[in-house]
Amino acid sequence: MSDLAALAGRAIEATLAAGAGDAEAYASEEAGREIRVHGGKVESLTAATQSGVGVRAWIGGRVGYAYGTDSSEPGIAALAARAAEAANVADEDEFAAAPQADGAAPALDGLSDPSLAQWPAGDAAELALTVERAALATDSRVVGVEQAVYVDSADRVAIASSTGVAGSYESSTCYAYLQALAESGEGRETGLGFGLARGPAGLDPEAIGREGAERAVAMIGAGKPASRSCPVVLDPTVAASFIGLIGGALAASAVQRGRSPFAERLGAEVASDVLVLHDDGLDPAGLGSAPFDGEGVPRRRTALIEDGNLQAFLYDTYTARRGDAASTGSAGRGGYRSLPSVATSNLTVAAGGHSFEQLLGEAGDGIYVTDVAGLHSGVNPVTGVFSVGASGQTISGGALAEPVREFTIASDLVSMLRAVRAAGASARWVPFGGSVLTPELLVGEMTVSGS
Amino acid sequence: MSEPAQLIDAAVAERVLARALAAGGEFAEVFAERRGGLTMSIDESRIESVQSGAEEGAGVRVVSGGTTYFAHVDGLDPDDIERAAAEAASALRGDRAEPRPLRAVATEPVPIERRPEQVPAGRKAELLRELDERGRSQGGEISQFSASYGEARREITVANSDGLFTSDDRTRVRLGTQAVARRGDVVETGFETLGAHRGFELLEDDPALIAEQAAGKALILLDADPTPAGSMPVVVGGGFGGVLFHEMTGHGLEADHIQKGASVYVGKLGEQVAQPLLTAYDDGRLPNEWGSDAIDDEGTPTQKTRLIEDGKLTAFLYDRLCAERDGVASTGNGRRESFRHLPIPRMTNTYIAPGDAEPEAMIAEVQQGFYAVSFAGGQVDPATGDFVFGVSEGYLIEGGKVTSPCRGATLVGNCLDALAAIDAVGNDFWMKTGMCGKGGQKAPVGTGQGHVRIAAMTVGGTAV
Repeated sequence: MSDLAALAGRAIEATLAAGAGDAEAYASEEAGREIRVHGGKVESLTAATQSGVGVRAWIGGRVGYAYGTDSSEPGIAALAARAAEAANVADEDEFAAAPQADGAAPALDGLSDPSLAQWPAGDAAELALTVERAALATDSRVVGVEQAVYVDSADRVAIASSTGVAGSYESSTCYAYLQALAESGEGRETGLGFGLARGPAGLDPEAIGREGAERAVAMIGAGKPASRSCPVVLDPTVAASFIGLIGGALAASAVQRGRSPFAERLGAEVASDVLVLHDDGLDPAGLGSAPFDGEGVPRRRTALIEDGNLQAFLYDTYTARRGDAASTGSAGRGGYRSLPSVATSNLTVAAGGHSFEQLLGEAGDGIYVTDVAGLHSGVNPVTGVFSVGASGQTISGGALAEPVREFTIASDLVSMLRAVRAAGASARWVPFGGSVLTPELLVGEMTVSGS
Repeated sequence: MSEPAQLIDAAVAERVLARALAAGGEFAEVFAERRGGLTMSIDESRIESVQSGAEEGAGVRVVSGGTTYFAHVDGLDPDDIERAAAEAASALRGDRAEPRPLRAVATEPVPIERRPEQVPAGRKAELLRELDERGRSQGGEISQFSASYGEARREITVANSDGLFTSDDRTRVRLGTQAVARRGDVVETGFETLGAHRGFELLEDDPALIAEQAAGKALILLDADPTPAGSMPVVVGGGFGGVLFHEMTGHGLEADHIQKGASVYVGKLGEQVAQPLLTAYDDGRLPNEWGSDAIDDEGTPTQKTRLIEDGKLTAFLYDRLCAERDGVASTGNGRRESFRHLPIPRMTNTYIAPGDAEPEAMIAEVQQGFYAVSFAGGQVDPATGDFVFGVSEGYLIEGGKVTSPCRGATLVGNCLDALAAIDAVGNDFWMKTGMCGKGGQKAPVGTGQGHVRIAAMTVGGTAV
C-alpha cells in the first residue's frame, strides 16, 4: 500500500511544482481475472494487473485533470504538467476547491476477502463451468449457454491531497453470471442468472445457473400483451434499474443544473410511504462501499426518501460548496481515468411485508416485469418521463399467467414512486443501476404498449 | 503520409511470441498500444472537465485447443511484456511451439491533415464557446446548453506467431451537443454529434451548426404530444436511423453470436431475409468515417463486406478466431477497446445502401403511421432478436403528411419480422457516428442509410 500512497504523494508534489495551487492524486491498482466458459470448455482466461494515477490540479477556481499509466519520474512530471495545462484551459468557478480533510476516515472492515488470492484459476474456471452445467441440468428445454463468466478483482486505492487528505484501502469483488438459451418450437429465449460477493466462496454457482435457466424457460412461447394501463410488479433486477435512475436524479449535480425531476422538491412528497430509499456507503455487502469516497471524504448512510418525502440530495465537495450543504461522501470515481463526480454508493430499498404471492394477489390483473431494455435511450433524465422495452409474464386473477415480450412500459419516475403500493419481503443485491439492494415492487399503474 | 510508429521492435516481439508459445499453443499475439486524448466540455457557459490522458500497455494472448489465455501489462517495457507472455502461458503444459519469423507489413493509416494535439487547447475551448453561443441564440426557450469536445489517438502495433508485424495510427475527433428547451412545465432535450476518423480539419466548416440542430430538436419537441401506442407503419430517417439496422441485424451477424447459436440469423446464410430492395454493407474502409481503420486490432486489413444483397443474407462478420473455426478468412472485424481487452467481432461502419424510393413518396403512401427522424439509442438481444429503440425526434404521419411531433416514443419489435417488413428504401443517404457497446467494450461505429420504411412496427408511447 505504501507504494501507492508514495506514488500519490509524488504526483501531488509534481503538480504543485507545475504551478497548481492545490493538488489531489488518486492512485489505484487492480489485479483481476476473467474466465469465460462455453460448451463445457474454457473459452478464455484473462489474468492481469492494471494501475494508474489521476491528478486534479486547482489553479485558483480553475480545475484540470490528467491521468496516466507511467509512474516513472519523468512520467509523473509530464502528468503533472498536463493537469496544470488542463486547469489553465478551464474557466473560473467560484465553488471549485480541493476537499479539506476533516479527520481520518474510519476503517471499514469486510471489504476484502483474503481467500480470493488462494483460489487458483482452475478452481475459478470450475466454478464457471458449474454455473453452465447447472443451467443445462435445470430443464431439458435449456439448449445451451451463450456464455458463463466468472470475474474477480482485488483492488487497492490510495488518495492524497495538498489539503491534508490521505487514505488508502483494499477491497475485493467477485461475480459470476450466465446467459442461458432455452428453445421452443417458435424460437430462442434468453435468461440471465448472476451472483455477486467479495470472494468466490460467497457465490452459489448452482443457484446462478438455475436462475438463468428458469428465466429463459419462463419466456418460452411469449406473446405480446394488450395495450392498457395496469398494475405492474417489478422484479428486483428491474426495480434496481429504475432505482438507479432515481439515485442519479438525486445527485446534487443534476439538481443544481436543473436536470432532475426532483429539483425544487426537497422536503416534498415524492413517493408513497411504502418506498423507503437510502444511499448506504458503509454496508460491506454492497460492492459500492468504501471507507471514503472518490475524493477522500468519509462514506456514510444518507436517507433519501422516507415517509414519502424527499429527505436529501447526494453531494460531493463541489456541489456541497455550491449548494451550501455538506458533502455526503458521494464523489464517485470510475477508476483513475475519471474526474470525481456525484454518484450513488449503494442504494437500498427497504423490504416490505408482502410475499411474492401476496404481491401478485394484490396486483390482481397486470404484468410481472422481469427484464427491461433501452433505459439509456428511453428515459428523459430532465423530466423523468420514460418508455422502455420490457418482457415478463402477465398476472391474471392474482397469479402468474402467460409470458409476454415486445412491449413497452411507460410512466415518469415521480409518478412511479407515488404509485408503489407494496414492497416484497426479501431484498436482493443487484448490479444494475449501480449497486442496489431491493425487493420486488408493486406499482399500481403503468402504461403498457403491446398489441 | 508518415509511416505509423512501431511501438515495439521486431526483436522484442519475437522474444515475446517465443515466450508465449514456450509451453505450446497454436497461436500467439502481442498487441502494443499507446493511447492519449483530451476531452473538455462547456456547461452553464463555463469550460470545465478538462481531462488529458496518456496510457501505454500491451496485451499478450495464446490460443491453445480452443482456449484463449490472455494477460496484459501497463507500459511497454520489453521485460514486462515478456512477463505478461509468461503469465498468459502459465496454464499450458505442452511442448514448445515455434513462431514464424516476423515480416513487417506496411499499412496506410487514415490520413490526418491537422493533428489535434498540435492545436492549442485554448482554440478547442473557443470552439465550445462558439457552440454555446450558437445553441443559446436559437430562442429564449433554450434554458440550458452543454457541449463536449473529444480527441483521441491510438497507435497500435500487432505481431503474431503467423509472422504478421504491422502498425496503425488512428486519430478521432468528436463534438457532442445537448440543448434543453423549457416552456412552463414542459422540458425537452435535443442532441446532435459530429465526429470522424479525422484531424482538427473536421471542425473547419461551421461545426457550430450542430448546436443549432440540437437546439432546433429540443424546441420542436416543446409542441409535441404524447405518442400514441400501437402497431403502425414506421418511416425511419436517414443517418443515425441506421442504428436500427445496426441493432436488429448487424449484431446478429457477428460470428461469435452465430457460433454460439445466440443469433436469430443462425442457419440463414443464403436465405431471403428481406425484400429484394434491401442491400447492406459493413465497410471499415470508408474514407475518414468514424468507424473506419486501416487495419483491425488483429492486424487484418479492413474491408467492405456485403451483408445483405437484394434481400439475401450473404455474410457474417469475423475476427480471426471465429473465422478459423468456420474455415474462412477474417473480414477485418476483430476489434478491441484497448490493450486490456480481447478482440471480438465488431461492426465498423454499417449501412443500408441507397434504394430508389423518393423519401417524400415513402411518407405520402402512409395513411396513419409514425415518422422516427432519429433515435437516442437502441438495444438488442441477438439471441431472441428482441429490440428496443428510444426515438429522440418523431412525428405522426396522417393522411400521407407529417403532422404533429411526438414525445416519449419507443419502438419495439423482433429483428427478423422487422427486417422482412422493410418495404421501401430511400434514394437519399448519409452516415452518423455512434458508440457501440458489446461484452463490456466500447467501439466507435458508423451507422447510415437513407429513409427506410417498415410496413408495421410496435410504437410504444405514454398515451394509451
